Amino acid sequence: MTKSTTKKGPASVEFRNVTKRYGTVAAVSDVSFTIEPGTLVTLLGPSGCGKTTTLRLIAGLEIATEGQIRIAGEDVTNLSAADRDVSMVFQSYALFPHMNVLDNVAYGPTVAGQKKSDAYDLARQKLALVGLKDYDLRLPSELSGGQQQRVAVARALTMEPQVLLFDEPLSNLDAKLRRRVREDIRDLQRDLNLTVAYVTHDQQEALAVSDRVIVMSNARIAQMGAPRELYEAPASLFVADFMGDSNLIDATVERVSGDQALVKIGVTSLELPSRGTKPGPCKVSIRPESLSVTASVPQGPAIPGTIRKAAYLGTHMEYTLAAEIGELFVVDRDVANPKPVGSTAYLALARTGVSIVPST
Amino acid sequence: MRKLVAGWSAAALTAFLFLPWQAIEDGFFGFGWVRDYPDDRSASALFYALAFDRPWLWGVLPFVALGGVALAFPREDRRFGQLLIAAGLGGIGYTFLQGFAIGITGLQWTWLAPLIGQIETSQYGFGWGATIVLFAFLMMTSLGVAALGYFRGDAFIAGSVIVSTALILAFVFFPIATMLAGAVTDEHGNLAFDLFWRRFFADDIWELNCLVGGPRCGVVFNTVLLGVLTGALSTLMGLAFALVVVRTGLPWRKGLRALTILPIITPPFVISLAIIVLFGRTGIVTWFLEVAFGIPPSRWIYGLPGVLISQLLSQIPVAFLVMIGVVEAISPSLEEASQTLGASRWQTFRTVTWPLLRPGLAAAFLLGFVESLADFGNPLVLGGNFDVLSTKIFFAIVGAQHDPGRAAVLAILLLIMTLGAFWIQMRWLGRQSYVTVTGKGDSGLSAELPRTLKRVLYWTTIPWAAFTLITYAIVIFGGFVRDIGRFDLEFTWRHYLDAFRVELTERGMFFSGSAWDSLMTTIEVSAISAPLTGIMGLLVAYILARTKFAGQRTFEFLTMLSFAIPGTVVGVSYIVAFNVPPLELTGTGLILVICFVFRNMPVGVRAGMAALSQIDKSLDEASLTLGARTATTVRRVVMPLLRPAIVATLVFSFVHAMTAVSAVIFLVSARHNMATAYIVGRVEAGEFALAIAYSTVLIGVMALAIVIIQLGVGRRQLGRRGQQTAAALGGH
Repeated sequence: MTKSTTKKGPASVEFRNVTKRYGTVAAVSDVSFTIEPGTLVTLLGPSGCGKTTTLRLIAGLEIATEGQIRIAGEDVTNLSAADRDVSMVFQSYALFPHMNVLDNVAYGPTVAGQKKSDAYDLARQKLALVGLKDYDLRLPSELSGGQQQRVAVARALTMEPQVLLFDEPLSNLDAKLRRRVREDIRDLQRDLNLTVAYVTHDQQEALAVSDRVIVMSNARIAQMGAPRELYEAPASLFVADFMGDSNLIDATVERVSGDQALVKIGVTSLELPSRGTKPGPCKVSIRPESLSVTASVPQGPAIPGTIRKAAYLGTHMEYTLAAEIGELFVVDRDVANPKPVGSTAYLALARTGVSIVPST
Repeated sequence: MRKLVAGWSAAALTAFLFLPWQAIEDGFFGFGWVRDYPDDRSASALFYALAFDRPWLWGVLPFVALGGVALAFPREDRRFGQLLIAAGLGGIGYTFLQGFAIGITGLQWTWLAPLIGQIETSQYGFGWGATIVLFAFLMMTSLGVAALGYFRGDAFIAGSVIVSTALILAFVFFPIATMLAGAVTDEHGNLAFDLFWRRFFADDIWELNCLVGGPRCGVVFNTVLLGVLTGALSTLMGLAFALVVVRTGLPWRKGLRALTILPIITPPFVISLAIIVLFGRTGIVTWFLEVAFGIPPSRWIYGLPGVLISQLLSQIPVAFLVMIGVVEAISPSLEEASQTLGASRWQTFRTVTWPLLRPGLAAAFLLGFVESLADFGNPLVLGGNFDVLSTKIFFAIVGAQHDPGRAAVLAILLLIMTLGAFWIQMRWLGRQSYVTVTGKGDSGLSAELPRTLKRVLYWTTIPWAAFTLITYAIVIFGGFVRDIGRFDLEFTWRHYLDAFRVELTERGMFFSGSAWDSLMTTIEVSAISAPLTGIMGLLVAYILARTKFAGQRTFEFLTMLSFAIPGTVVGVSYIVAFNVPPLELTGTGLILVICFVFRNMPVGVRAGMAALSQIDKSLDEASLTLGARTATTVRRVVMPLLRPAIVATLVFSFVHAMTAVSAVIFLVSARHNMATAYIVGRVEAGEFALAIAYSTVLIGVMALAIVIIQLGVGRRQLGRRGQQTAAALGGH
């Protein structure tokens, strides 16, 4: 397979202060971001946060009320979907039920006026790319969910688009299949060097596939950045809470020097990136796996607590502890030595996964 | 988009320069004009303005030019769109204004004379030239609107909305408005409210004498009485049939469903004919009663009883269809719940089943009421001295009185009543519905009906079903005997030959039967109007179901409104509005086609919207993102999936065009006569047997057409082999 299958190579997508209103309700409000060419960016957020509307704005299925949308540097704000070099894989796959697999995949080139045989050749090529040979004459209803999805991807690829969009591509697949399809999509994106925008509400999925993640909440961008940045240094309580489990603890900033701050969390003190906070009370996010739990007093500073709940999950233990600084949720890899409920345990803080949450 | 603008500007210019501006006397599809072109009747606007003393037509040209000027700006420039809209709307406005202002006798708007001088030159209705110019103006407006980013910047949708709105305004609103205006003006066109009030409060409209023993009541009382009786009785009988079919074990009950198709393919007055044959002065039953019981023959059937019986015969199957849906939708688990809570069968029926039925009953009643009000054929044939509004309107136009103003007043009354019923249905029933069909599987068993109720049901439905069958048997049988009206039962082909004789002469076949002309016209008009109705209806449905735009509710209301207007009212309004330029259509075949398209369109809209709600919107969107424009998407993705709705719409509009009588009877002409109007004429002449024979042939033609439509459109292939359902249909 050739390195790039797009005609003009991958394109950038840029939103400049884009707002989409339905009547008086804003579905997307003053959103600006840039997707670099050849990267996979996820739009992540709870339902109703505006992520799907953002995707549809890129596709041209919605027209922005205000602001500007640029693809490959060109203003496409008022272009309809048919006029944009973007294709999309729909959540429901949206395979045309009255056409067979080959006709579905060849649809784009066919309506563009290509010769039928050329369109079929291209379609077969893309079907091979997604690993779906010998299904040409099947109807979509005769395929499994995973196969349907691959047809949908092949169909979107025939357009050799500058930007490829995925709307919750895994939501109709069973849990086992999800990981594989997720990896397939990522491989495809890398191999073909595509610009991809990907909508999901599943933070793990977002962390696993993305170059960058845009977290949305209430029609606005809550935070964007690399997956690790988002998880380890959430910019707001919302992001901290949404990106996996998090203990949000009251703490005090003792002093700030440069970009580092000394934070007092209960009995322990920690040097953390200051992230623009001033001395005084603040919130700290601690990931459950950043707390190590021991039955005996460890070396170094530790927070004592009482184990309230314990659950065995095969790969790890989950504990809920009552400590002086509040209730803490902890994930412990040590399943061999479970700590009994009611016993006293000591919590040590790891270097990563602990961060100041700037007040917003 | 720029190409389209250039194309439509060029089309407008070409039409202005070369095509005959006015309607040609031998009709839109006559091409005799080519011979004399360009003479005083067939010249293009350019020639009229240059050589035939109609300088005002120059005024159209600047607007055509304005469309070209827009091309000087890029699409992104707001002036591009604004100029196009100005050109389109201005052009339409000017073209119509000059059309209305200057008519057959020259200047019509005499108050303009001081400004522009007296004009004697006559001007006839719009022809090809004007039509194409107007259409091009509409397209310019649409392109302009789309260029400004409305309708998602989609020119196809903007065009569809604007063109269909314009057509509805022209062929639904304009005639009604003209009729309303006609009701408040005298014969010289002056406002005369006193005349209106005199017409409106005439004794024969509001009289209630019959209630206190007088000879007759006013037409409003008659109409309402008939409507209420038909509505109530058909609803009750419809419910009885529905209960029998859904809730009892009566053998043959499935066959009852088949009966429901009969009234749909029967011209409305055919049942009246059968009733006369049975109960008329020389009818079969009348003769039997005289021989067996010595009851002297009378004319009791002519009047309320006859009209009521025939309306019930056609309305009960419809009510049955409505009620069967309602009865089937009542979840058995609700009744089971009631029974497990200790209620008896009768208590369950009274406290659970009946309240759930009520909204459906109200719907069926209103439907029956409106249908009765709108019915024209049965009162015409069987009414006798029992006047209802629809027949009264007819006689005000065609009778000795010939008083269009009075007809307009009566039509307004009828319109108020049907719109009132329509409004009640929307307002009241819209809210009062209980959703009992859920997505969850429901495997309960319906409660058995109380025994007494069952007995009552059997004793009402079985005789009525038998009666219905006999009525239809008479219709078929009557065509083959010498005179069924006088009980002369000798077999004969005569009636069929009278109507449909074909002679073989040396110059080929000669269709000498008296009915061929009207039958051919009917088939032609129906065959032309059915696909147009389908296209129009489904397009509107697509717009309503798939797009969002300001004013959508109003647009939907507009499209549905023509359904609530009784045929007689449509007929009157059409002859009032389309008898004079610029839209001069009476006497053409075109007016029949237009009438059918706009009367039947709401059914296409409903069918299309129901079907579209089953089809996931992302299919359209997928097609769009794959580079197909809306028109291509509609053709390649939406239409194939809408096949069942297309079949339903085509069948309905074809059948309705063939069986309609109320609006048509005003619009037929010697050259374009329709089967139903011809049959009504035969009935009035007393030739029942011929009328019956002709009706049977009509039913046959319709059955054939239904088969052809179904084969032609084909089935939708989704190949649901195995247990998988098409994932894309319905979302998941």
